[in-house]
Amino acid sequence: MDWEQIWKLVALPDNVPIVLLLVLLPFYLWMAFSQAFKNDRLIARLEADPDLRKTHHRTTFPHHPSWAPTVHVWPHLLKREFIAMIIVTAFMIVWSICLDAPLEEPANPNLTMNPSKAPWYFLGLQELLVYFDPWIAGVVLPSIILGGLMAIPYIDTNPLGNGYYTWKQRKFAVGTFLFGFIVLWVVMVVIGTFIRGPGWLWFWPGQTWDHHRVDHEVNYDLHAYFGIEGTWPTFFFGLGFLLALGGITGALTHLFLKKCYPRMLQSMSKLQYIVMMQFWVFQIIVVVKVIARLVFHVKNFWVTPWFNV
Amino acid sequence: MSHDDHGHGHGHGAGTEAPEAPPVNDTEGSLLNALRAKAEPLKKFMGGEYKETQVWKSIFRHKLDKSHRNRSLAVLSNVFLHLHPARINRNAVRYNFTWGMGGITFYLFVLLTLTGTLLMFYFHPSKGQAYKDIMYLQNDVPFGNLLRNMHRWSAHAMVITTWIHMMRVFLTGSYKPPREFNWNIGVLLLLFTMLLSFTGYLLPDDQLGFWAVTVGTNMARATPILGHEGPLGPELGFTAFNDVRFALLGGSVVDANALLRAYIWHCIAIPIIAAVLMIVHFWRIRKDGAISGHAPVMLESEVK
Repeated sequence: MDWEQIWKLVALPDNVPIVLLLVLLPFYLWMAFSQAFKNDRLIARLEADPDLRKTHHRTTFPHHPSWAPTVHVWPHLLKREFIAMIIVTAFMIVWSICLDAPLEEPANPNLTMNPSKAPWYFLGLQELLVYFDPWIAGVVLPSIILGGLMAIPYIDTNPLGNGYYTWKQRKFAVGTFLFGFIVLWVVMVVIGTFIRGPGWLWFWPGQTWDHHRVDHEVNYDLHAYFGIEGTWPTFFFGLGFLLALGGITGALTHLFLKKCYPRMLQSMSKLQYIVMMQFWVFQIIVVVKVIARLVFHVKNFWVTPWFNV
Repeated sequence: MSHDDHGHGHGHGAGTEAPEAPPVNDTEGSLLNALRAKAEPLKKFMGGEYKETQVWKSIFRHKLDKSHRNRSLAVLSNVFLHLHPARINRNAVRYNFTWGMGGITFYLFVLLTLTGTLLMFYFHPSKGQAYKDIMYLQNDVPFGNLLRNMHRWSAHAMVITTWIHMMRVFLTGSYKPPREFNWNIGVLLLLFTMLLSFTGYLLPDDQLGFWAVTVGTNMARATPILGHEGPLGPELGFTAFNDVRFALLGGSVVDANALLRAYIWHCIAIPIIAAVLMIVHFWRIRKDGAISGHAPVMLESEVK
């Protein structure tokens, strides 16, 4: 184990925020889910007891009938905001005293940094460059991410869980979101930052970054595995494969939803359903492509004279 | 001249001193009493009468006691606080419900505006000078290094708090009706937060920023239709000298024009766009019925 290599990476000033993120994220996930499970237990109790339903205040926070349901913003909210400001200010000052912002040599177009990396919060996208053409990884996928995020409120027809943490009432929504955020975004950032070394090659934590390492890995396009040749056979094979992959993913998802969340399907309009399924299938295809590349050395699914997917 | 000044000063002094030196009486106690008596108006004034003056009343339109009315007025009659409602859900002020993440994100934006403005006093967005200015900030400007560090780390922290705020909003289902639109404003703010951070990355004009921005903007040339290496781009006549990447960088490589453009996006354009979006974001929180909770839990059997 090359501890120095790990330390060099983690202690790189611009990587310190990722360490902060990796501390904060589990903490807040714990905070969210401990409340979600508490609420779920309360919900189960209320479902089982119709009498309790009529009298219960329906939160897991401390409650007394004589307490007013609302409090004055001055001072109850403002004092908290003020304290938060002081804590954040103090935290930022301490951080800024302890750690200097990085400044490398002056910009030099003739001296390429290896690896040259985007700012850490974009490294998830840069990592996707391994698996997709630049126009997909750099333009299409970010657009799909933003479009998907913006579509969320309009395709989630579940009226439950509005204004409180819950897991049981929103398993599919919460699961999908956390999968996208944690696995497809944060984990990709971590891989891009801590795993990818010179030449954007894969270096396990503790492995020394070898600038002279030669990549012996050879990747093939999917059609080569099937011995298909020629422009048009390749084109239709790839198109067919992607359509089949999307179709199977969609069909399996549909069966799963039908079995586990029939009410969800009933409550969605056709348009809502199509949009939701589109984004879901895109998300799965990204995962399949990543696995196919890392495990089976598949370069592209669909090769055309103009672009590859 | 000096004689005149002296004479004037003396005359003035004598005029004001006269009432402060009353005829001395036999005991010390009475002197103290006399001083106390003299100080009484001042004491009264400092003790609360100043609140009756026209100046004070023109600034603060209401008292500061604990009545419901004044607590409401404290928020409603203050331009900075009136974004808040007068009263709020008891459980909404709990830390473990909101984590204060949205507020912290906004506060970091304020902190970044302050430190960024101060940094602008020392920074020239021109090739060669930019790097020297950073060195100057680090080594010579009093607290310059602290200023730069705070700007850098607050920016990174803001990216993180934006993500976590978004996660909180999702996990509490706060994007559900009637707050769908505000979630969308939030998604745009997420985008602009990251673009703010990204445009700032180039400004020190060092190897780190240069290559990060080179890598980042290289993706732009692969934009479908609009990029010269993207699908359909070349067919439509786009080259390295007229495509979308050229428009972003003001050239075909990251150079002086790119530095200037990044500077203007970073210091003027994006902050204004983000500020406008923030105004809408905060306004809509109020108009959509304050923050979403903590709402009473709903049961599946109660859904109509």
